[in-house]
Amino acid sequence: MTLLYPLQSLAAHPARLSPDYRSTVKRSPSRPLIPIRHTLSELTGPVYGHETVREHDNDLTIQAKGEPLGERIIVHGHVLDEDGRGVPNTLVELWQANACGRYVHVVDQHPAPLDPNFTGAGRTQSDASGYYKFITIKPGAYPWGNHHNAWRPAHIHFSVFGHSFVSRLVTQMYFPGDPLFPFDPIFNSVTDEKARMRMVSSFDLENTKPEWALCYRFDIVLRGQSATPMETK
Amino acid sequence: MSNQRPDGVTPSQTVGPYFKYGLTPNGEYEWNDAFTNNLLTPDVSGDRIRVEGKVFDGDGAVVVDCMLEIWQADGQGRFSDPQDKRALPNSSFKGFGRCGTDKTGGYAFDTIKPGSVPDPDGNPQAPHILLAVFARGMLLHLYTRIYFDDEAGNAGDPVLAQVPADRRATLIATRQTGNAYTFDVHLQGDRETVFFDV
Repeated sequence: MTLLYPLQSLAAHPARLSPDYRSTVKRSPSRPLIPIRHTLSELTGPVYGHETVREHDNDLTIQAKGEPLGERIIVHGHVLDEDGRGVPNTLVELWQANACGRYVHVVDQHPAPLDPNFTGAGRTQSDASGYYKFITIKPGAYPWGNHHNAWRPAHIHFSVFGHSFVSRLVTQMYFPGDPLFPFDPIFNSVTDEKARMRMVSSFDLENTKPEWALCYRFDIVLRGQSATPMETK
Repeated sequence: MSNQRPDGVTPSQTVGPYFKYGLTPNGEYEWNDAFTNNLLTPDVSGDRIRVEGKVFDGDGAVVVDCMLEIWQADGQGRFSDPQDKRALPNSSFKGFGRCGTDKTGGYAFDTIKPGSVPDPDGNPQAPHILLAVFARGMLLHLYTRIYFDDEAGNAGDPVLAQVPADRRATLIATRQTGNAYTFDVHLQGDRETVFFDV
């Protein structure tokens, strides 16, 4: 099946220059991007062998000797194309802060404890239907230096590939009802409310495991449309 | 799962400053690397090259928390992806690499010089590597192309032809001694790299 990647789909993304997020000011191009036709270079993308993902890489709670502190959660969903078809066998990478809002990264030095049993990195490959699943810890909010009293809403970073190099997506998954939403310039860099809410996971009671872990659903929609319209049922 | 058509793509968000332990640990963190900056495989054919450079922001300061990804054809101009119907089966050269910039804003990829890939009309494109740039302060990654200054095909390349002549040099890696090419990325400013709307 041949997929098309219309530029109109990019309208959902934030403007590269979003001055409320200060770091964009010197890191966004000032000249217009040049549109070019998609060639094989753009329309193909990396394919991975199973060696890239190890058996338990999608469970961030069993990577160390002990269990990490915090609220254990399940995060699952489908990687989809724009027509709603599952994107099979695609790599999904995830990284996040611990329950206290602290990253393992050496640059994060804010006064919250590290957890010796939590790194915060995971990866998995979607199955034949595009389904993926992680077990992790609910990350905490954390302060950052963008403006006075700036706090990031709790989020999990996702990196996804899809069918081509132009379907590549790096995004952040948020949690429903976070009181920090109105104040976060990164979240609000997506100006269309419907698009913004596609970054917010939904609480999934049906797949919450009794006595064990809450579940959140997060579907990830990548660029890519069928060249021929889908059949309707 | 409902087969409802989604109302749009999931918006992009910045990779942020803390991706390294998850995406480019490179021995500095306990996590293993899914990808590295070395694309060479023992059986790969073609000219082995290194592409290296630095990433700069609009003030000319080096960007030390940048992630670069490359995607390219093999020495015969074929992609390691079944969607390329001309692909050779069983090629172990994957054509994908990832590198985080270091404290000097520097990066390097060890790979092979790609062969020529046709454009949609079947005309040859000059050898090139696709480059995607991610960083803190970038809400959506940028795409550019790395061409090579010792390729005669650049003169007839249909993509380079669309770029104003005075900016074309920003897309062309310059050969150093040995097998290394230099390709700097300027996110903004007088020497701003040409980025593509793809």
